[in-house]
Amino acid sequence: MGQSFPPLFPPQASTVALEVDALYALLVAITAFFTLLVAGLFLFFGLKYRRKSESERPIQVHPPAWLEIAWSVIPLLICVVLFVWGVQLYFKIYTPPKDAVTIHVVGKRWMWKIQHMSGAREINELHVPVGVPIRLLLTSEDTIHAFSLPAFRIKRDAIPGTMTTTWFNATKVGSYHIFCAEYCGTKHSGMIGTVHVMEKDAYQRWLSGPNAGLPPAVQGAKLFEELNCISCHRAGANQRGPVLEGLYGKPVELKSGAKVIADDAYIRESIVNPTAKMVNGFEPLMPVYLNQLSEEQVNALLTYVRDVLGKAEPPAVSGAAPSPAPATTGSPAPPPPLGSPRPPGAQPPLGS
Amino acid sequence: MSTPNHTSVHTEEANYLTNETTIQSWLLTKDHKRIALLYLLSVTLFFTVGGLFASLVRIELLTPAGDFMSSEMYNQAFTSHGVMMIFFFLIPAVPAVLGNFLIPLMVGAKDLAFPKINLASWYIFMVGASLAVFAVLTGGLDTGWTLYPPYSSTYSQSRVALAVAGVFVAGFASILTGVNFIATIHRMRAPGLTWFRLPLFVWAHYATSLVMVLGTPVIAITMVLLFLERVFGFGFFDPAKGGDPVLFQHLFWFYSHPAVYIMILPAMGVISEIISTFSRQKLFGYSFVAMSSLAIAILGFLVWGHHMFTTSQSAYTGILFSALTFLVAIPSAIKAFNWTATLYKGSVSWETPMLFAFGFMGLFLIGGLTGLFLATMGMDIHLQDTYFVVSHFHYVMVGGGVMGYMGGIHFWWPKITGRMYSNFWSKLSALFIFAGFNFTFFPQFILGYMGMPRRYHSYPEEWQVLNVMSTLGASILAIGYLLPAIYLTHSLFLGKKAPANPWGATGLEWKTASPPPPHNFHETPIVTTEAYDYQSLPLSETPEKSHV
Repeated sequence: MGQSFPPLFPPQASTVALEVDALYALLVAITAFFTLLVAGLFLFFGLKYRRKSESERPIQVHPPAWLEIAWSVIPLLICVVLFVWGVQLYFKIYTPPKDAVTIHVVGKRWMWKIQHMSGAREINELHVPVGVPIRLLLTSEDTIHAFSLPAFRIKRDAIPGTMTTTWFNATKVGSYHIFCAEYCGTKHSGMIGTVHVMEKDAYQRWLSGPNAGLPPAVQGAKLFEELNCISCHRAGANQRGPVLEGLYGKPVELKSGAKVIADDAYIRESIVNPTAKMVNGFEPLMPVYLNQLSEEQVNALLTYVRDVLGKAEPPAVSGAAPSPAPATTGSPAPPPPLGSPRPPGAQPPLGS
Repeated sequence: MSTPNHTSVHTEEANYLTNETTIQSWLLTKDHKRIALLYLLSVTLFFTVGGLFASLVRIELLTPAGDFMSSEMYNQAFTSHGVMMIFFFLIPAVPAVLGNFLIPLMVGAKDLAFPKINLASWYIFMVGASLAVFAVLTGGLDTGWTLYPPYSSTYSQSRVALAVAGVFVAGFASILTGVNFIATIHRMRAPGLTWFRLPLFVWAHYATSLVMVLGTPVIAITMVLLFLERVFGFGFFDPAKGGDPVLFQHLFWFYSHPAVYIMILPAMGVISEIISTFSRQKLFGYSFVAMSSLAIAILGFLVWGHHMFTTSQSAYTGILFSALTFLVAIPSAIKAFNWTATLYKGSVSWETPMLFAFGFMGLFLIGGLTGLFLATMGMDIHLQDTYFVVSHFHYVMVGGGVMGYMGGIHFWWPKITGRMYSNFWSKLSALFIFAGFNFTFFPQFILGYMGMPRRYHSYPEEWQVLNVMSTLGASILAIGYLLPAIYLTHSLFLGKKAPANPWGATGLEWKTASPPPPHNFHETPIVTTEAYDYQSLPLSETPEKSHV
């Protein structure tokens, strides 16, 4: 691979990798400095003042107070720098940009199931375009897993019952390791895969290749209809649940008075366990879909609520006649063109 | 410190080892010194078992493919290694062996405050350990020592309930030992032995005891919850039943992070004694070092969330845990600087215990400083659950904890057994352990940064060189640990008789015979000076080089 042997760094293949490596280099320097300083002094004093006769009684040294203060305060200041940089970098690594392309990842012993919004699906392989921010939404069907991409310096746990987020922007075309980093049983070390960073055209071709399938937004629309979600989630006289058009990313007021942002984790939780965060003004009438839907189905519904309904205009102030229009009007969303990562929203199903 | 002069008067009279010799006199003893030896034998056994499992792990990792044993066996091997080493060696090692033996001697008492409870704690410990060993030998345990659900509660086919019961039971031994130490240090100090005249070993054990008493009940209740979940299908941690698997991690680390301080604080106490003795200086910044033990014990309870930066834990919660974690680094830094400064203008003698103390310094510095990497949130994302973490905690718990324990065993061996050991072989052992340890674990930092996840049975081929280095290092380390088994056993029977104070040290434990009489002191010592008062150490207390 042309690298020095054995290599000290994994490939630097994402926009954050350089900064993580720079912080690592600083930490290595701090570690080396203090280890050599203290161990060196220990050895130096130990040799310089080594016992010459058994009857030696050295003069008692009384430490000056400033010395104790100095070696408490200087490490503390170094820690403050590391702390601030670390927090800043943490938010950078875990806060996807607004225009990131979403990919759903479901961990299941012992594989990674990956769903692209275009409909392409794959297992233990992840094809992504170079230079495009990719947002990963992670969950698990069984034990806790962790999706680890060392070349991108990112990792996030995939936790059953919860949705977690991470993102990356790959900078180098190539293939890199995917690992499961959270111990998950017998074939934990077999829960590995490869991320393929591709040129944009190649990626576009790949999307429509043999892995192509029904886009999750379309699957979600179907489920939305089959489960008859619309009978309650619509404005008008029969409204029994919050209207979902334009909901995604907006603040929601809960019964408790608290406000939450309707992000992916919130919407996912509200599908599987609707009473966990009751929206103000509604009664707990919705069936609980916990254990009723597979993680893929939940993700499809979530995608529909996020990418189709979420992009739709909220309905006009209630009072408008309830519209009987089904949730899915128009044709399924086509695979997203690059650069406009989210699938374009369908027409607002309800009259505006 | 001045004590009634009774040196060399009672060399021929019965000591605690010889005054009774029946099996019963050992198994029903209430003498803290004999109970310490019962613990010594037990933890040595569990260390050996844990070490054998470590060997299996290292042999498997010689090649990238999982070819030496099955995945199931490998998972059981690293789990058994962790459970044995942490719960049945590291946690009890220094406190239950050295603390048990020395705290009454150091405070000038006849025994611990509750001798029967002390004996009971050993039996409880053995019951817990037997359950865990039984679980490991029949059906094994494959959850990792961290026992995370839902894997441990729902998916694992192994003996989780039994092992969990073992950890639960053994916890009570720890609580009882802690209570005993606290009561003894509060109530049984010799006349004149004020708090700030106490040896730092006692301060360190006082801080450790607080953690044992306050932290262990939390792991106990966590084990109960896990047991109920696994055996009766409760849903505390099961999302399918409305539970939360991350809740377990909070509970687990609320104990298990402070537990790291149970392993390291007493070892730090040992190092303070050794460094002071072998440089004939009062420990630099005595009160800072004493208070830093308490600071570590208290702050140690407030940092558990740093194990969960990559979970669903809120980022804002994470910030708080990161800040508190950096804060806990400061008292450790204070100790390291003060230890080093103690040598300044001292009279330094490089006996075997001092070599272990130097080894401790080198390894603990690296272990502690690599902790900063993991406290740094943005850095931890990449390092979490990799070999970097594995290496970091081995540097702290083995490099720090076990080096301290080995140093302590070598320092007080003459007191415990009344015999000296081989100077040459013991120094060689210290060297082998130091070199072997670095050879084993340093490559793992690099593997971790490369991204190698922990608990992997097989791994990509490009990491073989570093893994082979690590396994070779482990062989050197194993020799380093085997040597003491030989020369210490040899010394037990053929070693030169040790004088009361072979190192010219100041503590009260050196004022009584080696080995001490059954009730430690013939007359209660009276303390008139501070600890480590080498100025007033009489020349008569300075032995000629009495050992080979």
